Amino acid sequence: MAEIVRRNKPLSVSPLKTSQPLGASLAILGLDRAIPLLHGAQGCAAFAKVFFVRHFREPIPLQTTALDQISSIMGADDSLLEGLSTVCEKHRPAAVGLLTTGLTETQGTDIHRVLKIFRERHPEFRAIRIVPVNTPDFSGGLESGFAAAVQAMIDHWTPSVAASGVRPGRRPRQINVLCGPSLTPGDLEALKELIESFDLHPLLLPDLSDSLDGHLAIDEFSPLTTGGTPVAAFAALGDAAATLVIGASLYPAAERLAQRTGTPLHRFDHLWGLEANDRLIMTLAGIAGCPVPARLERQRAQLQDAMLDTHFLLGQARLAIAADADLLHAACTLGVEIGAEIVAAVTSCRATVLERIPVAQVHIGDLEDVEQLAQRNEAELLLGNSHMADVAQRLALPLLRMGFPLYDQIGAYRRTWIGYRGSRQTLFDLANGLLGAHQQPVMPYHSLYSPKPDHRPEEHGHETATASMDRHGWH
Amino acid sequence: MKPSDLAALIDEPACTHNLKSKSGCARPKPGAAAGGCAFDGAQIALLPIADVAHIVHGPISCAGNSWDNRGARSTGPALYRLGLTTDLSEQDVIMGRGEKRLFHAIKQVVDSHAPAAVFVYSTCVTALIGDDLEAVCKAAARRWGVPVIPIDSAGFFGSKNLGNRIAGEAMLKYVIGGREPEPPPVDSARPELRVHDINLIGEYNIAGELWHTLPLFDELGLRVLCSLSGDARFQEIQTMHRAEVNMVVCSRAMLNVARKLKERYGAPWFEGSFYGVRDVSAALRDFARLLDDPDLHTRTEALIAREEARIDAELAPWRERLRGKRALLYTGGVKSWSIVAALQDLGLTVVATGTKKSTEEDKERIRELMGEDAQMIDDGNPRGLLDLARANQADILIAGGRNMYTAIKARLPFLDVNQEREHGYAGYQGMVTLARQLVRALENPVWDAVRHPAPWTTLPEAAHG
Repeated sequence: MAEIVRRNKPLSVSPLKTSQPLGASLAILGLDRAIPLLHGAQGCAAFAKVFFVRHFREPIPLQTTALDQISSIMGADDSLLEGLSTVCEKHRPAAVGLLTTGLTETQGTDIHRVLKIFRERHPEFRAIRIVPVNTPDFSGGLESGFAAAVQAMIDHWTPSVAASGVRPGRRPRQINVLCGPSLTPGDLEALKELIESFDLHPLLLPDLSDSLDGHLAIDEFSPLTTGGTPVAAFAALGDAAATLVIGASLYPAAERLAQRTGTPLHRFDHLWGLEANDRLIMTLAGIAGCPVPARLERQRAQLQDAMLDTHFLLGQARLAIAADADLLHAACTLGVEIGAEIVAAVTSCRATVLERIPVAQVHIGDLEDVEQLAQRNEAELLLGNSHMADVAQRLALPLLRMGFPLYDQIGAYRRTWIGYRGSRQTLFDLANGLLGAHQQPVMPYHSLYSPKPDHRPEEHGHETATASMDRHGWH
Repeated sequence: MKPSDLAALIDEPACTHNLKSKSGCARPKPGAAAGGCAFDGAQIALLPIADVAHIVHGPISCAGNSWDNRGARSTGPALYRLGLTTDLSEQDVIMGRGEKRLFHAIKQVVDSHAPAAVFVYSTCVTALIGDDLEAVCKAAARRWGVPVIPIDSAGFFGSKNLGNRIAGEAMLKYVIGGREPEPPPVDSARPELRVHDINLIGEYNIAGELWHTLPLFDELGLRVLCSLSGDARFQEIQTMHRAEVNMVVCSRAMLNVARKLKERYGAPWFEGSFYGVRDVSAALRDFARLLDDPDLHTRTEALIAREEARIDAELAPWRERLRGKRALLYTGGVKSWSIVAALQDLGLTVVATGTKKSTEEDKERIRELMGEDAQMIDDGNPRGLLDLARANQADILIAGGRNMYTAIKARLPFLDVNQEREHGYAGYQGMVTLARQLVRALENPVWDAVRHPAPWTTLPEAAHG
């Protein structure tokens, strides 16, 4: 059980943390024909938009209620009503995520009440699903914001068994998968393929692999997401044979779904490494009632082989890792599985999963903390987001980029980490990081009594045998 | 910030927007707004000051989602690129512990980074809970012995543009005039040269483009006391009051600085641009004219003649490739005409230009360049831009990064001319870069590849180029 070391300085330097509204926006972006509406000042939305545009290299639908000084102080209900009707009128979305910010939470807004007024005033927008989510940015971070949005979707859009006549297993091949923000679009594609290989039909929620995978659509322009989980799918969540949840941050949302619908729930903290994927495959085989496809057995054997090939380098390799809780947990587990030492584990904010991370200490902090820990504990490899590039440069260490944001490498946002195959590639890349950057061969030693006939110290600028002995402290 | 102070900032007499409705400073429409807030604007204006610790006082969104995302370059210190925030928690907000945290945060950064100064930016939440930024900064400066400058920049104060002015106002109020400049170093090759001091206001050294123009100023004997704020140092800002002439480079955002420098210290100012051969030459001539130095005038003309001839030769092969190409330009304010001139210099036809943030004066300049019936775009929504591009057979959209995907997702070549761009287009030499980037965008074979549907299917007619 990891000891949690809390932030103990007044100033956050090079923050690792991003905000709850950002995370909730991301969840909404995994719905089809959707748009997040941030209830706050213009900048709240502008920064979030730029953040995701840089990460995904895609246009990002996002709007704001654009509070000004008067509405900030005198009350912003009118701005919210106007913002909602403008978005509904202009774009006819299937879903709107109505998200608060630090500004409107401090102000004490009640979005649930305002939404009721909106519904009364605008029956013409009845068909548009609007989910209100409280996401103040003075608590939590990206993961908790994402989770709050998913939970709100389930609360608002999933009918209970009693109300709708859904029944677990009525669609025996359907599997609900609640996907946390540590899963990339590439991860989600891999996960879908994996589940389909058992002849099961995965329903991903939310599904960023269908909206933000980076595809050139036929349509020239859309002010809404061009893919993702259709909102209509929520009605049938209760018919599924089972629900999988990937990422501990989504457990409360998944439990809510299980309560409402009675579908059996299978929890996975993450899908990195051999053990986690073995458990996933066993679970899927159990639900599908069929043998494991030979292809997967082969992939498993490939991962095992990669573990052997890389263990020479990665055994006792000293890793410094900075990420939000679920992703940190995944990376630490894989590291421990291959025999590496986690010399720094830093996360952005509190989460219940932190205590389960297989390291002695988890620090809640920023990238300055990672840098200091990595330096003090002589880390050899870094894992973290693009902001870590400067740290990596200062420490002259290789960096494997993961998390949010990733803006300094093309395509990094869609890398596949999970499954046997993703885990194998991660091991290769970690090992290659060490191969490329970290060589500690024995320094050549030129013996005093048996000098090589071709050795010319003065020409090559090498030290003489005496100097060499000096260096080794032989005197 | 008091409502009266805000009103005074919005009322900028040197801005021609003031004569008509304040379109550039109009209240944004909820649900249909684009662009940043006042905090964003203040950061854009000041973050490039390289040796300053920029602390964002607020919860995580404001700094956490935005730090290190701008393209300003520095010749030395990298302190400005560090994301610093008090990252207020719910308890801080409820219990009113923000001021105390800020006070100690200032100490932390002074101890760990020994900055030339600390700038503290307030945000929506800290403005709303009433943290007394000015008092904390004053106390911290006294206690820790470093200048600590409050930038009262809550996002809800208004637009990015207003944030620029707030930033400029803070420099006028707290920084400018705090130090006298050293005498300029003597160029041993030209010991007798009379050196003049100038400022560049609103030059952010995006992608290092200031370094295209600085050699020209050196050659003319113009010392840039301060570029506000590209590659600037705190002590350079302090000496800005000693410039003999100020040039407002990018947009009207910091006109207030130029105007007040004239009011208080008498230095004349002009607006100009470093984009396009004609505009660079015009800016250099404006300096010579306002400095009223006949020798400088002669040397300026000689430099312009030489540089224009040189760049003409260098641009010739590029002009050949760009001739007859049609561009749709959508950008704000000054750039709505300054880039037009640059593009025309390169032989392109500009079919329309954006005027959302332009003044009547800007529009007049556009008409001078593009003719009386120049097409001007007031509302650049993505759909409208694409339709306009199609209707006018535009070969390329030239705009800010926000519209990049509007263009490329519609299989239309694109060039970024805003603050996130990766290339410097300023100065004579910047024109070669601009030409090269235009050719790179226009002539790439991918356009053909992405316009062809999969062989087993066909795209609907509308999606063809």
